[in-house]
Amino acid sequence: MSDIYISRGKFPEITGQLMARYRVYAPVLKGEYHEFAEIEKTEEADLGYQNTRLSPKGLFHPHAERMFEYSLVKDDPQAGILKEAPKDFSPRVVLGIRPCDAKAFQLDDVNFDTTAYQDPWWVRRRQTTTLIGLACNEPCGTCFCTSLGTGPFDTAGLDVLLVDTGEGYTAQVLTQKGKDVVGITSGWESVSRAVSEKMEGLRKSAEDSLGRQFDFDPIKQKDMLELFNASFWDEVQFACINCGTCTFLCPTCWCFDIQDEVWGDKGDRIRLWDSCMFPLFTFHGSGHNPRNQKLQRVRQRFMHKLKYYPDKYHNGAACVGCGRCVKFCPVNIDIREVVRRMSATCVCPA
Amino acid sequence: MREYTERIREAAKRLLSEQRVDTVIGFRRGTVPFMNEPFLVKSVDQVDQLYWDSNCGINLANYLPKRTDRVAVVAKGCDSRNIVVHLLENQINRDQLYILGAPCRGMVDKRRMMADLKGKEPLHAEENGKEIKVSGRGFQVTFDRQTYLQSNCAICTHRNPVVYDELLGDPVEEQQGVDRYPDVRRIEAMSVDERWRYFQELIAPCIRCYACRNACPLCYCPTCFVDESRPQWVGKTIDPTDTLTFHFLRAYHMAGRCTDCGSCERACPVGIEVRKFTKKLEKEVKELYGYEAGVIPDQRPPLDTFKPGDPEPFIK
Repeated sequence: MSDIYISRGKFPEITGQLMARYRVYAPVLKGEYHEFAEIEKTEEADLGYQNTRLSPKGLFHPHAERMFEYSLVKDDPQAGILKEAPKDFSPRVVLGIRPCDAKAFQLDDVNFDTTAYQDPWWVRRRQTTTLIGLACNEPCGTCFCTSLGTGPFDTAGLDVLLVDTGEGYTAQVLTQKGKDVVGITSGWESVSRAVSEKMEGLRKSAEDSLGRQFDFDPIKQKDMLELFNASFWDEVQFACINCGTCTFLCPTCWCFDIQDEVWGDKGDRIRLWDSCMFPLFTFHGSGHNPRNQKLQRVRQRFMHKLKYYPDKYHNGAACVGCGRCVKFCPVNIDIREVVRRMSATCVCPA
Repeated sequence: MREYTERIREAAKRLLSEQRVDTVIGFRRGTVPFMNEPFLVKSVDQVDQLYWDSNCGINLANYLPKRTDRVAVVAKGCDSRNIVVHLLENQINRDQLYILGAPCRGMVDKRRMMADLKGKEPLHAEENGKEIKVSGRGFQVTFDRQTYLQSNCAICTHRNPVVYDELLGDPVEEQQGVDRYPDVRRIEAMSVDERWRYFQELIAPCIRCYACRNACPLCYCPTCFVDESRPQWVGKTIDPTDTLTFHFLRAYHMAGRCTDCGSCERACPVGIEVRKFTKKLEKEVKELYGYEAGVIPDQRPPLDTFKPGDPEPFIK
């Protein structure tokens, strides 16, 4: 299917047509920042946004999700039997997601959707969700997607890619799901040569503005223990306060904890985001904690993203360069600096 | 504030080469606008990375507990008060410390500048005296430093360090006639229902990352009550019951100890004004006992001492 085009004025109609058939999630301004939320009116979708503060991972891997519920009533024959808590899997569209965030879901799939184990809720949400991306014409100063194999116009994780060309949007349909979604909308035109050239220019200027900020390849070649034992971790970790900002904002941090909450004679089994920054993260029942020092926790986060993941899955880094951690770390620990240190050929003391 | 940079470097160089201290804690210049990184200097050749400007709002007293070396630390008025709290609570020994006091004219509020940029992204920021020049793609604006002070700095009455070994500059004039509590009084005047709603809305964006807690020098408990697992006191979800429990309990632990340094609010990635809780308790302690945390180094805090004459209007 070749690219199609719609003028800016007509775009809300497309959103409306989608809303008639799907639950539509879009960037919505809440307080001082945007977040992905289900929209009830077309004008709530703000495609002029830069990016959301929290990544959209919560749409597939919620911060706190009731997995099961159970009864503890003594005479209830069903007592103690886990029953799946009701969840809404009706078809939905995520409108305006950034290419980096969509790519992140692919990187997370290796954890939630493997041949041995399938997380039923992640998989079903992935199946019933169509991702309509929005290319980044003006990446942030904290973005570095092009240095990690994705980019501001990357189509890899998307079903449709929209490009804002000023007077309107072009749409590139990429998958069958994308075709189905676009198929229920009307009002599209063919792309004129001028728009097509403009789109190409936007892509080039966005990619050029990002450049290549570091060379990731040397990390793949390096010996894991050499990196693990490197002296620079001591300097990297000093400022860290071990909060969960980086991990909670990150689109690829997937770790979770499962807890039971009981109230009276009813119980819920809940899955919660967890963070390797927290001391409780690897705390054993025995009382031993293999990562009881801040340095070990900080190192774990970067090594997981930049060394263990690439070594295990041969699938690039578990980082898409969205820059949220760079922007919002309260003490300015910058993953780009950490990559530079990890990839430096001489591991010199700073 | 930038003029302290050279003084800090000079002092660090001197203290390290004279072996007065083993390490120096300060800031180095951030990689993004309005941010600097707390930095530990271990040798003289790292000294030139030290930096100071109005983006040093993170409280460096947070990095002192459990240190075993002799350490120099750059301390603003609030940091120095938190050092006093640490000394009173036996978290660090005075003779381990060399305090480089930084008389402070206040730190700037990144969030308000960002809000006024209305979505334009700052790529470069440079402070020059009373002005902060910010530029990005196709724009340049100048912010007046004083107008964009962090809200705790705007009402600060202890800008000069209360304890130090040397000062990095002449003492600054303390702000007079400051009303510290108009916001607290507004909340006090609300009806119970109104207030409950206000708290729920205040906390609604919380993602339980604990940046507020972890940026706080007072939060040094070996295991925080939210991390206790046997028994588990607090739920881990983002349900308002759980988030409010965390914030209320944490605030109570700050009573009579909080110096209103503002690190908690500065660290919060979702912009919650967590100081609304701590300020209320600060006000209570001040009204009941006339006490301000960390101001007088040899005065025991009212909540860890008993005097027969202590007011007890809360016992009914």
